[in-house]
Amino acid sequence: MMIKIENLHASVDGKEILKGINLTIGAGEVHAIMGPNGSGKSTLSNIIAGRDGYTVTSGSITYKGKNLLEMSPEQRSWEGIFLAFQYPVEIPGVNNTYLLKAGVNARRKHHGEQELDAMEFLQLVREKAKLVELDPSFLSRGVNEGFSGGEKKRNEIFQMAVLEPSLALLDETDSGLDIDALRIVAGGVNKLRSSDRSIVMVTHYQRLLDYIVPDVVHVLADGKILKTGGKELALELEERGYDWVRQEAAA
Amino acid sequence: MSETRQERKPEEFTGREYEAGFVTDIETDTLPPGLNEDVIRHISAKKEEPEWLLNWRLEAFRHWQTMQEPHWAHVNYPPIDYQAISYYSAPKSQKDGPKSLDEVDPKLLETYAKLGIPLREQEFLAGVAVDAVFDSVSVATTFKGKLKDAGVIFCPISEAVREYPELVQQYLGTVVPTGDNFYAALNSAVFTDGSFVYIPKGVRCPMELSTYFRINALNTGQFERTLIIADEGSYVSYLEGCTAPQRDENQLHAAVVELVALDDARIKYSTVQNWYPGDENGVGGIYNFVTKRADCRGARSRVSWTQVETGSAITWKYPSCILRGDDSVGEFYSVALTKMRQEADTGTKMIHIGKNTRSTIVSKGISAGFGQQSYRGLVRIGKSAEGARNYTQCDSLLIGENCGAHTFPYVEVKNPTATMEHEATTSKIGEDQLFYCQSRGISEEDAVNMIVNGFCKDVFNELPMEFAVEANRLMEVSLEGAVG
Ligand SMILES: Nc1ncnc2c1ncn2[C@@H]1O[C@H](COP(=O)(O)OP(=O)(O)OP(=O)(O)O)[C@@H](O)[C@H]1O
Ligand SMILES: [Mg+2]
Repeated sequence: MMIKIENLHASVDGKEILKGINLTIGAGEVHAIMGPNGSGKSTLSNIIAGRDGYTVTSGSITYKGKNLLEMSPEQRSWEGIFLAFQYPVEIPGVNNTYLLKAGVNARRKHHGEQELDAMEFLQLVREKAKLVELDPSFLSRGVNEGFSGGEKKRNEIFQMAVLEPSLALLDETDSGLDIDALRIVAGGVNKLRSSDRSIVMVTHYQRLLDYIVPDVVHVLADGKILKTGGKELALELEERGYDWVRQEAAA
Repeated sequence: MSETRQERKPEEFTGREYEAGFVTDIETDTLPPGLNEDVIRHISAKKEEPEWLLNWRLEAFRHWQTMQEPHWAHVNYPPIDYQAISYYSAPKSQKDGPKSLDEVDPKLLETYAKLGIPLREQEFLAGVAVDAVFDSVSVATTFKGKLKDAGVIFCPISEAVREYPELVQQYLGTVVPTGDNFYAALNSAVFTDGSFVYIPKGVRCPMELSTYFRINALNTGQFERTLIIADEGSYVSYLEGCTAPQRDENQLHAAVVELVALDDARIKYSTVQNWYPGDENGVGGIYNFVTKRADCRGARSRVSWTQVETGSAITWKYPSCILRGDDSVGEFYSVALTKMRQEADTGTKMIHIGKNTRSTIVSKGISAGFGQQSYRGLVRIGKSAEGARNYTQCDSLLIGENCGAHTFPYVEVKNPTATMEHEATTSKIGEDQLFYCQSRGISEEDAVNMIVNGFCKDVFNELPMEFAVEANRLMEVSLEGAVG
């Protein structure tokens, strides 16, 4: 099993956002999380990746058998967790490739592996850039500096390809991508699917799930997972919205 | 200043103390603390200077006595007792002084090692000519032959006074006059060493020129004087780097740098300054009050100042360009870091006089801890400066809650054809940027370094290659423990 979240309660500035999340994801599984705006999807992703500013008031997260909540964000990255940001951050003047090389080598060092030299790394990124058809000119630009919304999202999946995570959290990667880009980026994600890699996709639209077909679909609303189903659940949500899920859960 | 002088006891003026001092100090060749005309005569005599130079010094001293220490800069420091400073100190024996870097203080080399720039490698591999200034006397000059073949003069200024008196007399004090400001006047009166560079007409200096300064003996102020003359159509890149070992008492540093660029000449002057900044409480750092000025005297001449400032307790520094020649260009690229209790008040002055003169100012200020930093820039477009252009960009980056950044841009435009552009930003290292880096596997400290170096990139790009690498490391070493 990749990750097991049990009865997770979390708050921001004293306001409870997550109100008892239970979620188990097996190795190689692809899960989609859907839900209304403000329901806590990004909050959940951020807490798994280790972002500051959230207070976990109760519950636990076990990742590869370890207590995830004890680890720093970089340790989580070294252990294979990756978050594709809903809003990727610009870091002016810091070369995109340089950032990734530092990240990859820090992880290799942590695992007692030989660090990659500049040539080896360049070869790696060139190859991975092809996976999402990222123009090589983006490799030498500042991290997300002046990237368009869609370019930023494509860059996130490129980073995922380079960092080869065990658990990838894709927070609304589809939003901002044009029709062709969505197909290309989704294709890249599909190539990254493997039996030892789990993927969580947060999305609002069924369209993404046409390309990346999930094993499981969850509805997160009001800080809880109210319903879990197969890929056909997404189609139903697209048609009917979320109210019926809430009503069903209340009943 | 004047208060300090009034407080002095009468016996301090008698000079008997100094006479005695001279005798006992012959062994160490260090003057006892204090400043009067006898001290200046002593310095001048030690250096076997011609009469004109002694008189020049004395005139500067007399002027200095009438001047007030400036207090307008946005910095705070206790009053400096100018009578408590020794104005001349040579290494124990100049003749047996270090002839190679092997004989250099291992502590100094250690600091460089930490910065990843072994001096020897730099000397041999990078082809850098090293004119090391230990205390006030230059003790080592290398690569002289190669420079000589090109006709380039690069030597201690005291040597230049002896060997090339007409050149020195022609240019010394023509960019920074003796009475220019309090510290420049003091420097003119008591300067003991520094570098002299002359690039003949049409010569491209075959290597980067570099001088490493170090402040050594306790309580010794340093008063270097640097004079660089680029004759018509010549080019030179000059690198200045500094470091100082830990000190308990604040040390004064009041250098003067004069650059003269004639027609079509270009001077690139780069500084990496890493003097001891003092401890967390601000104790023990170096006071850096330096006057740097370039005179773009010739048509189409060009001077660039690039500086990376991470050291000193107090920095007060405004490298300037006087754009006298038509179509001349002045550039100022600066990165300044203040942390702990450091204070810096830096900037530049661009004085446009010639037609179609252009200036560019890029200032990057980083404040961490309790650091305080001000950018103070003056752009003056004179009446005659038809078609002058200036571009100014001031960016500040704050790390933490207790530091500050201030900008004081002054603009005076007397010619309506001028084009002025000004951009300013202040940003904080965002929690979101740090988390983004961390989520990619980079530790918080490395992330801060990365973000800071990215912020400084426009300026680092202006540095010569080997200095750019050093500047990156310097920022990292300087930021150690600055976050949290
Ligand atoms: N730092 C914060 N301060 C205050 N409220 C916050 C903070 N972070 C999140 N919230 C609140 O927590 C709730 C959940 O936010 P979150 O971003 O997790 O929603 P989401 O499900 O990802 O929504 P969307 O679909 O719009 O992306 C929202 O009401 C949001 O306003
Ligand atoms: Mg969200």
